Amino acid sequence: MFPFSFQTARSEQEAIAGAAAGGRFVAGGTTLIDLMREEVERPQKLIDINRLPLRDIRWKGDTLVIGALARMSEVASHPDAARAQPLIVEALLEGASPQIRNMASIGGNLLQRVRCPYFRSLDARCNKREPGSGCAAIDGVNTTHAILGTSDRCVATHPSDLAVALVALGAMVRTRGPRGERQFPVEDLYRLPGETPHLEHTLHPGELITAVEVPSGAYAKRARYLKVRDRASYEFALVSVAAALDVDDGVIRSARVAAGGVGTKPWRMRGSEAALAGQRPDRTTWQKAAERAIEGVKPLSGNRYKVELLRRTVIRALEMVGEAT
Amino acid sequence: MTTSKVELIVNGRPQRLELDPRTSLLDALREHLGLTGTKKGCNQGACGACTVLVDGRRINSCLTLAVMHEGAKVTTIEGLAAGDTLHPVQAAFIENDAFQCGYCTPGQILSGVACIAERHAGSPDEIRNWMSGNICRCGAYPGIVAAIAAAAKES
Repeated sequence: MFPFSFQTARSEQEAIAGAAAGGRFVAGGTTLIDLMREEVERPQKLIDINRLPLRDIRWKGDTLVIGALARMSEVASHPDAARAQPLIVEALLEGASPQIRNMASIGGNLLQRVRCPYFRSLDARCNKREPGSGCAAIDGVNTTHAILGTSDRCVATHPSDLAVALVALGAMVRTRGPRGERQFPVEDLYRLPGETPHLEHTLHPGELITAVEVPSGAYAKRARYLKVRDRASYEFALVSVAAALDVDDGVIRSARVAAGGVGTKPWRMRGSEAALAGQRPDRTTWQKAAERAIEGVKPLSGNRYKVELLRRTVIRALEMVGEAT
Repeated sequence: MTTSKVELIVNGRPQRLELDPRTSLLDALREHLGLTGTKKGCNQGACGACTVLVDGRRINSCLTLAVMHEGAKVTTIEGLAAGDTLHPVQAAFIENDAFQCGYCTPGQILSGVACIAERHAGSPDEIRNWMSGNICRCGAYPGIVAAIAAAAKES
């Protein structure tokens, strides 16, 4: 690990000023400390934000406000979250291990780095780690990589389960930075790799995620997160689908569908949502929605299986939601 | 090299340390306090051998810096028994033959203690799911699950 200076932030202003001057925030540290040890991350200064009062979970009207420093396990076991946002709880509990869920913060979860093995390996080409060096995954072992949102520079998937659920639910990120406060959809936190895969998010230098706000849509309570992976738990998704339906009188009024493990960012499936709206909740409808989900996919040499797996996972997730109605 | 001061309460005893900020909580316990019961397996958060309790909650001590835990109460395998009386989970591991080489065992036991306290030990399936952060390369899982189930019944 490269040397760094360490500062414990006593206020948001202090943290933001330190980060604007080149420091890196650390909360749970489960991604950052790991990558620092691998020398993939080499911050010169760490700013410990764990003492900041950003950990509570509360209601603002019918919007659930989750402090950015709340731990994954705290949100997953919170009675309001379980009652009002079961999709978030399911996505959280399908991710990581109990130990890591006790450590990892909600803000850090959204900003976790990719799991592409070439990104983590200093002797491999990686445009994300070393801009301009090339992408070893495109012609390499790419069975776990993305089929949507890729470029000829990067094909790594975004690893967060939580982000998929939040994108499906239309959740908002609240931030505070040198230019003040703002809020925007979680979906807009992420960039496609394009020509600049080393730029992963849309935060400004020094900008701190302070909270995530989840609206209580009519579909929120009828929602499931289905994660397909190589082992039953403690593994990243090959394909995952968050599905939520608002069904009234045998007709789908509105639907939310998003997928993980397939995109270079959490992937909202708007085509599938359009195919579901106004239809009856049955097998034919699920199949039509799933066909829309695989439009525009660009499989690589090792991950063609993900196209059919995505189609089937969308169908199964929608069936699971349908069964709950 | 700039060092940072940190005070940890380890197994009930206050410990003042002056550390290179790069020192993981795991290395602080093993290399600076001589508490080698907590094991270093993968050192990247994948195996769970380094599991300890911090303020009562299980974490991977390899994935966090010691200086991030000023004032925290840390429980390691050395702090579980009361004198010569083993903690019920330790006793259950012996009773159920829940290990072979023993390297993952301190982490399994700390994780098991937390798993029971969290009320996630209601059935073998639930135990397997909530113990999935602890890998046993000898494959002693049947004994580990049985030990935690037995200790959970007693508690």
